[in-house]
Amino acid sequence: MKMMSGAAMVVEALKDVGVTHVFGYPGGAVLDIYDALFAQDDVKHVLVRHEQAAAHMADGYARSTGKTGTVLVTSGPGATNTITGIATAYMDSIPMVVLSGQVASSLIGEDAFQETDMVGCSRPIVKHSFLVKRAVDIPEAIAKAFYIANSGRPGPVVVDLPKDIVNVQESHPYVFPESVVMRSYNPTEKGHMKQIKKAVASIMKAERPVMYVGGGAVACEASAKVIELAEKLNTPVTCTLMGLGAFPGTHEQFVGMLGMHGTLEANKTMHNADCIIALGARFDDRVTNNVAKFCPHAEIIHVDIDPASISKTINAHIPIVGSVDKVLDQLFGQLEGQDLSGQKEKLSDWWQQITQWRKRECLKYEQGDTVIKPQKVIEALYKHTNGDAYISSDVGQHQMFAALYYPYKKPRQWINSGGLGTMGFGLPAAMGVQVAHPGATSVVVTGDGSIQMNIQELSTCLQYNLPIKIISLNNRALGMVRQWQDMIYKGRHSHSYMDSMPDFVKLAEAYGHVGIKVERLDELDAAMEKCFSYTDRLVFMDIAVDQNEHVYPMQVKFGAMDDMRLSKTERT
Amino acid sequence: MKRIISVLMENAPGALSRIVGVFSQRGYNVDSLCVAPTDDPSLSRLTITTHGDDRVIEQITKQVNKLIDVLKVVDLTEGAHIERELMLIKVATRTDDIRAEVKRNSDIFRGRILDVNGSNYTIEITGTSDKLDAFAASMAECAEIIESSRTGVCGLARGERALRP
Repeated sequence: MKMMSGAAMVVEALKDVGVTHVFGYPGGAVLDIYDALFAQDDVKHVLVRHEQAAAHMADGYARSTGKTGTVLVTSGPGATNTITGIATAYMDSIPMVVLSGQVASSLIGEDAFQETDMVGCSRPIVKHSFLVKRAVDIPEAIAKAFYIANSGRPGPVVVDLPKDIVNVQESHPYVFPESVVMRSYNPTEKGHMKQIKKAVASIMKAERPVMYVGGGAVACEASAKVIELAEKLNTPVTCTLMGLGAFPGTHEQFVGMLGMHGTLEANKTMHNADCIIALGARFDDRVTNNVAKFCPHAEIIHVDIDPASISKTINAHIPIVGSVDKVLDQLFGQLEGQDLSGQKEKLSDWWQQITQWRKRECLKYEQGDTVIKPQKVIEALYKHTNGDAYISSDVGQHQMFAALYYPYKKPRQWINSGGLGTMGFGLPAAMGVQVAHPGATSVVVTGDGSIQMNIQELSTCLQYNLPIKIISLNNRALGMVRQWQDMIYKGRHSHSYMDSMPDFVKLAEAYGHVGIKVERLDELDAAMEKCFSYTDRLVFMDIAVDQNEHVYPMQVKFGAMDDMRLSKTERT
Repeated sequence: MKRIISVLMENAPGALSRIVGVFSQRGYNVDSLCVAPTDDPSLSRLTITTHGDDRVIEQITKQVNKLIDVLKVVDLTEGAHIERELMLIKVATRTDDIRAEVKRNSDIFRGRILDVNGSNYTIEITGTSDKLDAFAASMAECAEIIESSRTGVCGLARGERALRP
């Protein structure tokens, strides 16, 4: 039996669960653990400049790989700085383990220096948490944390480690559990056969079916099966903001993203469908609009691994608890006995109708001669990356443009804070993506507001040579806030200006990177080409875009799903 | 409608705060709460009385069940069940008449007088919440209530059904 200190156990247990990268920031309570990290090379540590960014980096790492992201921070402010990052991961069901230092057990509750009740602070935004009380419990706590984080509906787990139990002076026996068994936690993966049969009956009689695919399909790697089902049934497919890429944006059966800023054809298809096959999506308010008017004709089949997501906002007629991956296998088994040769003909009227909706060309915009439209930048980005880059996004108008104008071909290619809507997420997330995929093109689409919420990480990028590409749509305003103020507050732009914008090119250069400023349409293509020619440097593209542009289409508040504004003057 | 939800969970630190947290963060009501270890000391059983429509109750049971420390959740009010609550109530008994009336009412409600001194009686009474309410009302009529403490409801299903790991 190996004898080691609590600190060494933390590092050893991380190795045993297969962790290769930890994102963190040292401090008093975790110095022993940092000393143990120093003594080895298997677990690599990335030093951030603010702990919030460590959580977002681990998040981007997790979203782009499916592996659990790992964070290591000290007690007190180190721990509380991760809260926004943990909440972001929680809302989007991202597997993450946050190891936080804690003051010594004897000091807990005494308002000691840098003491915070981290388990308490994080309780509403974690899947689970542990306060480890004995050094010998460290391996099991870490094994359980990683198991819980990345099974069932994934989510963040906090492991709080008091300083005395990681003391390097003491030695304890290290036993890593061979398997994790928890009597209180056994997620249901397979669907109930009776429900699957009901679903098949509903699908077979449907004349206007649609597949509504969410982040759950990405989480369980079910993309290939989603495509197979769609092609077997000849159904139109829409993806949520979190589901983009689970079904290729370039596929002819794709009708676009749905919801508040979804395409007209996606929302029309949903609203008029007679059968909705929801796969790992949760009918949230940014999708449904007014729930009382939601899809009045549809029988709803809802597949989700989390029973609490089913019938939470919209009642499911055929609830199926299970992972999308396993349930689709079961569904294929039941479909084998069915004659699907008539699907094409059966749905031909439906597809004709959808073609009519597509003809409205809801994503078209007017690009003038000089001032760059934000949509144009995303289209140029698509062209210059062949549609193959990892795109991380911040939050705001640019996020919607990046979701709508860059068709994602693969799952895990599109990384964004969907549920919490965290500004400042994009840059560190793109860094996490780059750490996980060193040779890949990692781009962050951001704006002049969001980028300043974690801009200090430009320093981390230099230290670890992360050659990410920052595409900043600079409209000298908080665009989405401004859009709502235009639409709802009669154009009163209360505190949505950024009057004192820094010179982003100089800022990038000050951090040791390349900065490119683009102000006119005719400069855009050449600048993009130059940007992507730097394969080993971070490039910050500060692109001046039209300040008055709005994101359309946009659902009309309190309306049905398909009740939409198509431009400043057109409504459905 | 009043519901009694029984939860079987790990007797672990923080488990209770997670359950209470679900109620507060999702805006559910807690009318009473009663918790203690079971015959198996590694498990705790918690009984919450709450109210809400079927949809809310379904969400409550699902959200509580989702907690990692929770083994099982059952809505006892869905079927036949037994429920009991215990109250200790201290009333001022300054005159012989009041003392006699308090004693008589306690007997009628099958209460037990646990403590007696010159100026007050402390009575123990067990029953459904409604019975306890009625007893407290009768005490308020015949004497002055000094203080009272209630345990909250605990309950079991009738018959074969049981909440076991």
